[in-house]
Amino acid sequence: MQAPRAPLLSLRKITKIFGEGDATVQALRGVDLDIYPGEFVAIMGTSGSGKSTAMNILGCLDAPTKGQYLVEGIPVESLSGDVLAALRNDRFGFVFQGFNLLPRTSALDNVELPLVYADVSASERHVRARRALAEVGLAGRERAHPNQLSGGQQQRVAIARALVNAPEVLLADEPTGNLDTRTSAEIMALLVALNRDRGITIVMVTHDVGIAAYAGRLVTFRDGLIISDQPRLAA
Amino acid sequence: MRLVTTTGLAVSALLRSKLRSLLTTLGVVIGVAAVIVMQSMGAGATAMVTGELSGMGSNMLMLVPGATQGMGGASLGAPLFTRADLEAIVRECPAVRSASVMNVRSVRVVTGDENRSTNLYGVSPTYLEIRQWLTVMGRSLTDEDERQGAKVCVIGETNRMELFGSVDPIGAEIRVHDMACTVVGVLEPKGASTFGQDQDDLVLMPASTYGRRIMGDDRIGVMMLSAAAEDRIDEAKAQVESLMRQRRRILEGEDNDFTVRDMRELIAIMGTITGVLTSLLAGVAAISLLVGGIGIMNIMLVSVTERTREIGIRLALGARARDILSQFLVEAVVLSLTGGLLGLVLGAAGSFAASRVLDLPFTLPAQAAALAVGVSVVVGVLFGVFPARKAAHLRPIEALRFE
Repeated sequence: MQAPRAPLLSLRKITKIFGEGDATVQALRGVDLDIYPGEFVAIMGTSGSGKSTAMNILGCLDAPTKGQYLVEGIPVESLSGDVLAALRNDRFGFVFQGFNLLPRTSALDNVELPLVYADVSASERHVRARRALAEVGLAGRERAHPNQLSGGQQQRVAIARALVNAPEVLLADEPTGNLDTRTSAEIMALLVALNRDRGITIVMVTHDVGIAAYAGRLVTFRDGLIISDQPRLAA
Repeated sequence: MRLVTTTGLAVSALLRSKLRSLLTTLGVVIGVAAVIVMQSMGAGATAMVTGELSGMGSNMLMLVPGATQGMGGASLGAPLFTRADLEAIVRECPAVRSASVMNVRSVRVVTGDENRSTNLYGVSPTYLEIRQWLTVMGRSLTDEDERQGAKVCVIGETNRMELFGSVDPIGAEIRVHDMACTVVGVLEPKGASTFGQDQDDLVLMPASTYGRRIMGDDRIGVMMLSAAAEDRIDEAKAQVESLMRQRRRILEGEDNDFTVRDMRELIAIMGTITGVLTSLLAGVAAISLLVGGIGIMNIMLVSVTERTREIGIRLALGARARDILSQFLVEAVVLSLTGGLLGLVLGAAGSFAASRVLDLPFTLPAQAAALAVGVSVVVGVLFGVFPARKAAHLRPIEALRFE
């Protein structure tokens, strides 16, 4: 590893407890994790290991019960709701297992959404959204609605949407979870290329060893703790 | 975010879910329209009643036997009036312009092949003038008829239609209570009264003929009087009262055994009745507004709740709570206003149609309409925005995971 300067994202003794009273579940039990600019990190673990919870905290979609989360050294808990929204808008791009596209809404409109909230003018939104769709290989499908697209194509729309605001970090939660092997390989090739060519930091949650093998670093969770953190297995 | 962008977002969200938008709007439309129709019919009925009463001749007075009871009613058993009473009133009460007998009973009338039951009125020649009623065919009853006890009659529109159809009734003979009688005139149609009674189902004949030939009794059941002017009603009333007390030998301190009623009392009574009707309708309208409001509330709550995931997606993509809020606010305002205006148009059209069918004057109660639209819009916006506000302040992941 070429001694990166400062971590981009840092989890410090993060604890997350769900539920109340007797029904509490401790999803994270004091996790420390640093992610550096330009990394491609795969987070693995069985279901219930806390990997998705950690991912949601990284993306500011959820807040820890205890501990500190720093983005570029700034503690997230000190930020207002609007600043968090701005952070989600221009620093992070999200790719979900279930795609999470707006139904009955064209691919183009879906991709434009982050730009709408970034106050980009309509004409520029169209240009940038078209370009993003072309980059994921969906030129010509701008008018298609999610239900007219295959799973792989829908995930490409989601990736285009995540990229349209040129974020530094792409957070992908089981991005191939709903896709077949061949489509999964295509999506992974796309993510690898984004990481390699554009230097986008990628954090990806998966339970599939084959998918994790695309990443440069593998972090494994078990019972709310990190049990291993190592560079890529298959060089 | 700029208002244009928000409006764009809201409108495109509405167009995406046309059915949902339509149903939501429909809730508002029906709530508003129901209230407007209800209020309009109430107002129409009131207007009709007051119009009809003042059309009866507002300087009309009625003299009936029996003491006054409650809402203008009179007790039975008091002595009837006489011809001499009538003549005395006309002679001695300067504030009374004219007076007429009004004796009524139910009879059978028969023509060649028709036979029906109707109301027979024995009246003085002044009766139609007091009632401000005209004949449309032939003539009315004359002093000559009254003096001779002539076997003539003037018939109402219903009898003309039922007994003669397209045949000219003037000069024809009908049998009234087994007495042959010549039709000399037909009255102008009046239609149904406030109480739904057919005012044209009658036959008028001279009071003398009625008394001698039909009843065998010359006494007078009811007298219709007209005051010399509208502002002399009280004067006329007082004069008639004092004259009748004297003629009927009622001692000082004793109650009248007759009653003089004027139309203002009747109008006041009718006002009470229509007032009750109006408040009843207002109550029904309030309930339908409440029901409509709950309907709007439900559909708004359901529609926003089922969109919690959408809100989660938007939050994950960088929407601020206030962006979500303004989108849902604009959506709710657009839906509620559209619904309110459509409901207004539909309610007005419905009221108009109802007024034609029920033969009521058409009035659009502006206050009720404004209230209905206002309440619906407020309810729509409140319950469109409140759950959205709740969802917008969730952590994005909670909204995203919402089922």
